[in-house]
Amino acid sequence: MRDVRRFPPWLLAILPLCGQAAESPDSYVTIPGGVFKSALRYEDTADGVRILPYQMKRAPVTNAEFLVFVRSHPEWNRVRAPSVLAEKRYLSHWSGALEPGSAAPPDQPVTWISWFAARSYCESQGARLPTWLEWEYAAAADPTRQDARGDPAWREQILSWYARPSNTPLPRVGQQPANVYGVQDLHGLVWEWIDDASALLVSSDNREQGAADKLRFCGAAALSTDDRENYAILMRVAMLSSVEPADATGNLGFRCARDVK
Amino acid sequence: MNAGKLIIASILAIATSITVAKQQEPVTAPLPRDSVYQLSAKLTDSAGHPLAWQDLRGRPRVVTMFYTSCRYVCPLIVDSLRAVERGLSDSQRGRIGFVLISMDPDRDTIQALAKVQSERRLDPSRWLFMRPEPADLRSLAGVLGVRYRALADGEFNHTTMLVLLDTDGRVLARNDRIGGAGDAEFLGAVRAALDGN
Repeated sequence: MRDVRRFPPWLLAILPLCGQAAESPDSYVTIPGGVFKSALRYEDTADGVRILPYQMKRAPVTNAEFLVFVRSHPEWNRVRAPSVLAEKRYLSHWSGALEPGSAAPPDQPVTWISWFAARSYCESQGARLPTWLEWEYAAAADPTRQDARGDPAWREQILSWYARPSNTPLPRVGQQPANVYGVQDLHGLVWEWIDDASALLVSSDNREQGAADKLRFCGAAALSTDDRENYAILMRVAMLSSVEPADATGNLGFRCARDVK
Repeated sequence: MNAGKLIIASILAIATSITVAKQQEPVTAPLPRDSVYQLSAKLTDSAGHPLAWQDLRGRPRVVTMFYTSCRYVCPLIVDSLRAVERGLSDSQRGRIGFVLISMDPDRDTIQALAKVQSERRLDPSRWLFMRPEPADLRSLAGVLGVRYRALADGEFNHTTMLVLLDTDGRVLARNDRIGGAGDAEFLGAVRAALDGN
């Protein structure tokens, strides 16, 4: 006990970051619900949608956290993961099936992750992936405002991230200021999987013509946006709608969410 | 419900349960890594029997997603599957399975699925109507390559996709343009899969 007290408090605070960190109970923050106007304007949600209160992980899932999961769920190591659920590049940047290695530091966000793998991880935490609306709602906030989207300076700051070359190493999670809810890294670090990525029906398919092509989409609610200034969100939607759930890329990670009990 | 309807429903339920059991042939070899049956998912057939997704292993199948209240495309999905069925020889027909998975498990009850099956006179020895557990719905759509979004009015915006699976659940062919040029090619793939078995 005495020995422990000799450690300065800040050291205790960073200890969980060393070794194989599992998620701690305070990894999640509660986000109050509200009525939200998405940058994506579907015909059926033009008046905004009600977001129920939910919890979201403060930071994206790290290599260290994912390693704990892969150790306890061998079906998700890259040697055993079925190709139908995770393509061959899944965790390909790790040095071994159970070794992230130097190219994947412990507190860097885990990437090269398929949607199925991300979903299983969240399930193992008693959580789930956030929906698009939950992600966008949280990501509309800056450190002081719940909805900073109308601020050109803030938009500019987010866009500057996209201008950064993608061949530089990923920063660690949790380096950026938390938003008003206490959530970090929603912008400026990695793309993130969402649960309903396959509901973002924006692909070239929508714009194709001809009777047979119309049959590919049943239902008439087309997706459009009346927020054309919000490029950052639109780029994210374009990216998420272009990936298949078994796909993995070097800048696509994830974080989990939970219902409020 | 009158007695006659009840009897018919019971007979249908028993018939379906027998045929589902018959459609499951014991397979012990490990699943290939590219099999869609690698996904764990729970479903219920239109006779109310719980099934694991993996239980569909054992015969080539054409799988699609739909929902019963869909007026426009979904009846065409059944029509296109019937066209595949008609395009097969008697012997081929005896070896194929057609699987329709609801993307609307909240409203597509077992009864609603059984109703479509009986109204459209779809032979329960090879047609399966399935209600997935809601938590497994998007994963199933994911392995099949179906994208969908529930609309505020209860309808769905969705892609239409017929997927041909081999005995072990490997995807052999897809048809995402039903009613178009893809149909003949898809039928050819189904015939080839059956004759290869």
